[in-house]
Amino acid sequence: MRLLARKLPFYVVTFVIAITIDFFIPRLMPGNALDAVLAKAGSQMGSPQALHALEKLYGIDNPASLPDQYGQFWANLVHGNLGVSTSSYPTPVTSVIATALPWTVALVGAATVISFLLGTGIGVLVAWRRGTWLDSLLPVTTFFQAAPYFFLAFLAIELFAVKLGWFPYGLGQNQLDYQSGLAPGHIADLLDHAALPALTIVVASAAGWMVGMRNQMLTTMDEDYVLIAQAKGLPKQKVIWYAARNAILPSVSGFSLAIGFVVSGALLTEIVFSYPGIGFVLYQAVINHDAPLMQGIFLVITIAVLAANLIADFAYLALDPRTRQEA
Amino acid sequence: MTGQGGPGPAGGPLIEVRGLRVDYGFGPDAVHAVIDADLTLASGMVLGLAGESGSGKSTLAYAMTRLLRAPGVITGGQVLLHGGTGPAGEDAAAGKAAPAGEPVVHAGTIDLLAADERQLRELRWSRIAVVMQSAMHALNPVVTIGAQLTDVLQAHRVRMGKTDRRQRAAFLLEMVGISADNLRRYPHQLSGGMRQRVMIAMALALEPAVVIMDEPTTALDVVTQREILTELAGLQRQLCFAVLFITHDLSLLVELADSIAVMYAGRLLEQAAASDLYRAPRHPYTLGLLRSFPPLHGARRPLAGIPGSPPDLRTPPAGCPFHPRCGFAMDICRAQVPAAIPLGAGGRSAACWLHDGTHGVPAELAVPEPGLRSPGTLTGAGAVAPAAARDAARTMP
Amino acid sequence: MAVSMTEPAVAAAGTAVPLRARRLRLPRSPKVLTGLGLLTVFLILAVIGPVIAPYNPSADLAASGTPQPPSAAHWLGTTQTQQDVLSQLLTGGRSTIVVALLAGVVATVIAVVVGVAAGYLGGLADDLLSMLANIFLVMPALLLLIVIFGFLPASSDDLLIGAIIALTGWAWGARVLRAQTLSLRNRDYVESARITGESTFRIIGWEIVPNLLPIIASSFLFTVLYGVGTYTAIAYLGLVNIDPHWSWGGMLFWAQSVNAQVNDYWWWYIPPGLAVALLGTALALLNFGIDEFINPRLRAAGLTRRRARQAGIPRRFPLGVTPVIRAPADAPAARPPADAGQVGTR
Repeated sequence: MRLLARKLPFYVVTFVIAITIDFFIPRLMPGNALDAVLAKAGSQMGSPQALHALEKLYGIDNPASLPDQYGQFWANLVHGNLGVSTSSYPTPVTSVIATALPWTVALVGAATVISFLLGTGIGVLVAWRRGTWLDSLLPVTTFFQAAPYFFLAFLAIELFAVKLGWFPYGLGQNQLDYQSGLAPGHIADLLDHAALPALTIVVASAAGWMVGMRNQMLTTMDEDYVLIAQAKGLPKQKVIWYAARNAILPSVSGFSLAIGFVVSGALLTEIVFSYPGIGFVLYQAVINHDAPLMQGIFLVITIAVLAANLIADFAYLALDPRTRQEA
Repeated sequence: MTGQGGPGPAGGPLIEVRGLRVDYGFGPDAVHAVIDADLTLASGMVLGLAGESGSGKSTLAYAMTRLLRAPGVITGGQVLLHGGTGPAGEDAAAGKAAPAGEPVVHAGTIDLLAADERQLRELRWSRIAVVMQSAMHALNPVVTIGAQLTDVLQAHRVRMGKTDRRQRAAFLLEMVGISADNLRRYPHQLSGGMRQRVMIAMALALEPAVVIMDEPTTALDVVTQREILTELAGLQRQLCFAVLFITHDLSLLVELADSIAVMYAGRLLEQAAASDLYRAPRHPYTLGLLRSFPPLHGARRPLAGIPGSPPDLRTPPAGCPFHPRCGFAMDICRAQVPAAIPLGAGGRSAACWLHDGTHGVPAELAVPEPGLRSPGTLTGAGAVAPAAARDAARTMP
Repeated sequence: MAVSMTEPAVAAAGTAVPLRARRLRLPRSPKVLTGLGLLTVFLILAVIGPVIAPYNPSADLAASGTPQPPSAAHWLGTTQTQQDVLSQLLTGGRSTIVVALLAGVVATVIAVVVGVAAGYLGGLADDLLSMLANIFLVMPALLLLIVIFGFLPASSDDLLIGAIIALTGWAWGARVLRAQTLSLRNRDYVESARITGESTFRIIGWEIVPNLLPIIASSFLFTVLYGVGTYTAIAYLGLVNIDPHWSWGGMLFWAQSVNAQVNDYWWWYIPPGLAVALLGTALALLNFGIDEFINPRLRAAGLTRRRARQAGIPRRFPLGVTPVIRAPADAPAARPPADAGQVGTR
């Protein structure tokens, strides 16, 4: 428990810094870039008052001092006000994000869980059966790990959607035959559209878990307690369990780094598939120079990643009894 | 409640190692870590295996139970585990030759080197248990002590219920002097001495016939060392299990062991009853070892070590491995490896050309054995039973 | 009383023997050699690529049209404005590789400075630097980069792009190096250097950094790998200049803009993607090699597949059961060798 208390200030500080970065990004841009953004915004919003409000938000013609603007930023945040999207004026940023977020959470959440379980499971197997054909899996997975997410997405589309016709090319659901709610037909449709994006994410990220777990298992299998487990004449599954239980710890603690990569990969995958999640919305925002939306998404995703890290920290505490007590 | 077949007739051979050869690596670059080892562990007895680091003593012990890690490979020999009384035990005691490669030699005797995984799994821990040097590394850090005690019970005693297992685990802990509260603790929460006791308790969970102890107290401070060894001796007398005690500290063995085997550069150089070895060594290496530490009683004498250092096993010297450091080396020592020459009927032997009958034995290596009624004889009659010799050693000043 | 030769405490998996005491062996593992070979090819490509391109990659040979599949004139086909894909690939290689290398160098330098300082100095400096690294570690890199590059005008300055990418990629290396420095700091030779009064700089430069070299190398490769992927992603999203400043990611951007994957223009998007994947694989394979160098447990010791087959020994080595291989002279006549135990590589 004390370990968690020590980590909490870190999370708080990171949170504050993330928000601060978010605040400063538009202000630190070179002048001509900001002009381009505002010009585009103006043409999209069509209302001079709205444009002026945006300019003030970014520190142009703003009589308030910088610290005051910063304070105002925080105040807005606390009230859940992330501004108004310029590309889909006058929809507030929060509702744009709220529409897109569930898609991403479902996709990334499921894909991450599957790839973690699959990756670590296969990693254990490859390590345990060292010297068999399983070893040749390693270079193959290296290739998949090194290939960019969206390239794998392209291949997936080409192979499974175009050539084999098993899955749709993209989007989140069938646009024409639109059913709403939780009708079974709708759910099937959703799964159908989510299959390829999920497959891409799983294939690309499972490789990392697999290699990591394999290396950790090999190191753990050399430990004395694994030898003793063998000496005890315990059944094979028990010995593997004893080893894996230890070997998985670095993977859990390395989860924070992995989350960053998975989120990045998910963003790209959504873009390729035009899957209506946060990533896709972010991409649109970038193309349309929708500054408030970009800022809002940055914030939401960073908070989500911090939360995921916190969960990973809890999980590590639960799995390693040595951390529960200050020696 | 003992393992299958029981430990056999008290004092009868329990494990016989014949011509064991162990290498590290394979092919022309292989390092010979154990060469032609012949050893007999009698049931209920404590056999000490002494030697410097790198002499091969741990390799020998782990190879015996097929627990040696890669790149260790066993390249020859037999390890016969005897069990049960009756014809099988008698056959084995008579030293009847067994066809190499057959796992089950007679009913009740099995060659560990030819056994398959399933057979080994059955035997392990229920007949042979292991206590390792560092309990911190030998106990699984993320599993409770209780679970590590009951997992063997679960694996080998299928009919034991959960409460019975818990009870037995608590009993085991109390047997080694630890409170049963520790069942739900984790290894890192215990002190070094407590962890070592847990290891001993764990080893005795199935009341094995043999416990192999690999330097069990080396990592501990002297006081704890003494406590644990005393407890160990008590448990051994009480439960009558045989012990193979591996250590570099000869002085420990003199008190604890019934017989001692001295190992050097992968070969067994001398084997004798403990007091005989201590008072009347026959091998120059043993003599050198004994002279390396001062006696607590008797006249003061200058401390001599053994000049030189143990050979690199990748390039061992020709002939006797000890000859470069031996004060009594002769020409034949440099050319041919001496086989273990039996001395007396008590299973004593020394692998040294000095004792082949054609050379004169220096006085230091011809001290009469304690308890021997006729002094001076080497191949002497009147060999004394090991237990009696040990008691005799204890009563000596 | 007894001569006690206790072994030194088991080092954490990661470092074993001080570097100077180890001879540097040439890599023999096929994985590493493949990686080296591939990498060399790419490095050569980076230098001569734009020179040997048959056409000007930006030359529009027609205002519009359909992309053409590979032919004798265009080995990798054309884009929809009839630009030569092969030329784009060759030209794009330079920018991609240069940015990745730059990112790797800058990130590794930052990682070494921050990581070693944090590990060696300890105390408040360590706390602050660690917090800095953890903050950068936690924030999703691509997200940050998308936002930064989204606000910046499309740049063709490789140095700038590489530096910005490096800013998001140094944190992992710093963390690993800090952990290693911490463990090295307590080693005897460092202690003795400190006691005899060597200056901090000298200790870090001469005692610690040389022993960190394998990890630094691994971290560098990892960051270059990260740089390739990230730069490709950024270019794919159109956030940097993609014409005439060609890169493999840029090619993918243009391919995506006409839905190449749906329209089956495979010659357009597969080469750049494959190139990135192969470069990444080469780096990852090299990293495997370094991993095995650092952690000997990962090495296959002694017995290679061929030798085992020649000796007639089956390969699988079950854990916890020492194999018994008798020399042919003592092999028992009655039992086949397979029963005598199995052996394999470690």
